[in-house]
Amino acid sequence: MAAIFQGAGAAAALSSSPSNSIDSKKFLFSPRRPYSGMKGASFVVVRSDGRASLDLNPKGRRAQQLIANAVATKAGSSAASSSSKPGHELLLFEALQEGLEEEMERDPCVCVMGEDVGHYGGSYKVTKGLATKFGDLRVLDTPIAENSFTGMGIGAAMTGLRPVVEGMNMGFLLLAFNQISNNCGMLHYTSGGQFTIPIVIRGPGGVGRQLGAEHSQRLESYFQSIPGIQMVACSTPYNAKGLMKAAIRSENPVILFEHVLLYNLKERIPDEEYICNLEEAEMVRPGEHVTILTYSRMRYHVMQAAKTLVNKGYDPEVIDIRSLKPFDLYTIGNSVKKTHRVLIVEECMRTGGIGASLTAAITENFHDYLDAPVMCLSSQDVPTPYAGTLEEWTVVQPAQIVTAVEQLCQ
Amino acid sequence: MALSRLNCFSSRSANLLKTLSSAISLRRPISTDTTPIIVETSVPFTSHQCEAPSRSVETNPKELLTFFRDMALMRRMEIAADSLYKAKLIRGFCHLYDGQEAVAVGMEAAITKKDCIITAYRDHCTFVARGGTLLEVFAELMGRQAGCSRGKGGSMHFYKKDSNFYGGHGIVGAQVPLGCGLAFAQKYSKDENVSFALYGDGAANQGQLFEALNISALWDLPAILVCENNHYGMGTAEWRAAKSPAYYKRGDYVPGLKVDGMDALAVKQACKFAKEHALKNGPIILEMDTYRYHGHSMSDPGSTYRTRDEISGVRQERDPIERIRKLILSHDLATEKDLKDIEKEVRKEVDDAIAQAKESPMPEPSELFTNVYVKGLGVESFGADRKEVRATLP
Repeated sequence: MAAIFQGAGAAAALSSSPSNSIDSKKFLFSPRRPYSGMKGASFVVVRSDGRASLDLNPKGRRAQQLIANAVATKAGSSAASSSSKPGHELLLFEALQEGLEEEMERDPCVCVMGEDVGHYGGSYKVTKGLATKFGDLRVLDTPIAENSFTGMGIGAAMTGLRPVVEGMNMGFLLLAFNQISNNCGMLHYTSGGQFTIPIVIRGPGGVGRQLGAEHSQRLESYFQSIPGIQMVACSTPYNAKGLMKAAIRSENPVILFEHVLLYNLKERIPDEEYICNLEEAEMVRPGEHVTILTYSRMRYHVMQAAKTLVNKGYDPEVIDIRSLKPFDLYTIGNSVKKTHRVLIVEECMRTGGIGASLTAAITENFHDYLDAPVMCLSSQDVPTPYAGTLEEWTVVQPAQIVTAVEQLCQ
Repeated sequence: MALSRLNCFSSRSANLLKTLSSAISLRRPISTDTTPIIVETSVPFTSHQCEAPSRSVETNPKELLTFFRDMALMRRMEIAADSLYKAKLIRGFCHLYDGQEAVAVGMEAAITKKDCIITAYRDHCTFVARGGTLLEVFAELMGRQAGCSRGKGGSMHFYKKDSNFYGGHGIVGAQVPLGCGLAFAQKYSKDENVSFALYGDGAANQGQLFEALNISALWDLPAILVCENNHYGMGTAEWRAAKSPAYYKRGDYVPGLKVDGMDALAVKQACKFAKEHALKNGPIILEMDTYRYHGHSMSDPGSTYRTRDEISGVRQERDPIERIRKLILSHDLATEKDLKDIEKEVRKEVDDAIAQAKESPMPEPSELFTNVYVKGLGVESFGADRKEVRATLP
């Protein structure tokens, strides 16, 4: 797939705040960092309403590909020129690996457990090289026993370790559903707050290239009602690394959904350390006519459809919701208030998917702002067939998105 | 002479300590006499793939009297919970441990508070043995704020983080992988402690147990799996549920030990042996041959799948408290009257705790939403450092 343009849209001003190296206690910076970069620079984040606001957090998210009218409003460090500093290019699985490696260096309590993560290097190469670097006690090859090794990860997390449990395919985690639902999600509550479970459960899911029904499952719809967990879905190398790091640092259990087909996406990401907000949605393309909410692989189908739509004269606003639980209703709400039309494009099944919950949430909260009913395009309620043509028809294709937008904007 | 000294010391100390906040710890010094006494366990240990420890257990009067007191307290607590349940102050599920007290008490005597214990839903007595107070127990059972989980867990979710008691789990068998995870964390931090993962004969047939055992043996984790075999998995007898009821042998390549779970001293010896073994050689299975007098839970009369004669037979011949009582009397460590006094004291303690727990209020409505996440989510969107609020919902 082509390099992804992560447009920030409107012009943004960069400013720096003086000596902003007040890291919160949690993030004790180790003096040796894998990549050189600016310490203490602050970045401006372009909000969904197009206004630029100053982000005082030194590790705030940095808008990519800004129009280079950098106006330094405060005298200060040379952070103002950081936008023109080139980052480095890598593939999505390498971004995940970078994030994981940085966190493992930073905090000795982080360990990785999963099938073939150690000596083999990970079936999607996300953990490549980590076993030789950190040893067998921190990068653990488990037998094929999802129920128990997820349980063990949760038990270890109860004592304060920060395990990252990998499901070779998200579908295999169905075997560990009991552990994820009862122990991971609920222990903080049932113990009256005594135990926190800072675990990260990650793995690839979604419909791939003719992998068959059992290996093409979308588990976000099954996990979404478990209380106590957070779910995020990454879609670009930038947010993959950022979400991985944020998930590891979070005290709550986080399930990070990757997608089998997105591992080889290439993008240029900053050299400096950064984190993405776990609960925030990402504005991919601001617009005026219709809000398109999507996540993971469908983002690319939407962007492809967006090209066609722009040619036809529409101006869609595309938001990658990223946070599947809880929804970033702030960003979504602001968008709905602007465009008054919503289309959700997801890879989950029609019944009980993320789109279904999102539709309900939007209708409940923003009913008055809607000019048309919320439309939701999801995969068909069928097991994913093996035959290539059939498989194509189970997921939403760009042509369907274009038709839907045209229908919505009548 | 010694007896009267013991006598007045115990009543003096009892009075003294009563004035302190009640029931902070079970471990009140009953007697300071620590001259060793060697006692033989009731039956020898049976072992699988390892050398059984010796039948002679070293103990002392202080320990024996502590055992007696602790077990009497637990017995009284469970019976009181029974009446509270029938009075509808405790609702839902209530699984009582009476008859099995020796396992909790014996295990505690062999280990420190730095070792971890995790068990299933029959956890009231294990919680108390780990240092939980009676007030916390009764308040949690009645769903009050003073409970150990603030009233939000209930009978099956007792936890005590500061003494490494990890609960308290409702789903059968799910605690065993968690327990192996605790052992993994102990190995990771290299702190020379062990984890005890308790489960029942019913849970012994769960697949995740064997998965966890395999991983523990592979990675050499200091995990001790303890099967509290009370011979009935809910309403199904062990011979109807397990092809091989020799649970201590089920580990195959993992050594096992079968212990008389009604003998607190045998349990203590086995747990000591197991701790030493686990720190050197990896996981070991202990099977505690024990018995529960009540049914599986309060909704089970306990007599449809076993005869009343069986229950009373075990109570007469193998009751753990009676065994310690006989031991104490035969060694002249205390008189009948002393022991009766201890039981009366214990009864009063339990009644006081219940009265106090009844006064504790129900949780506030806002408690419904606390502790779901570590920081309140869904209403605020935090900055990347999780501390700065970036947005609030409209």
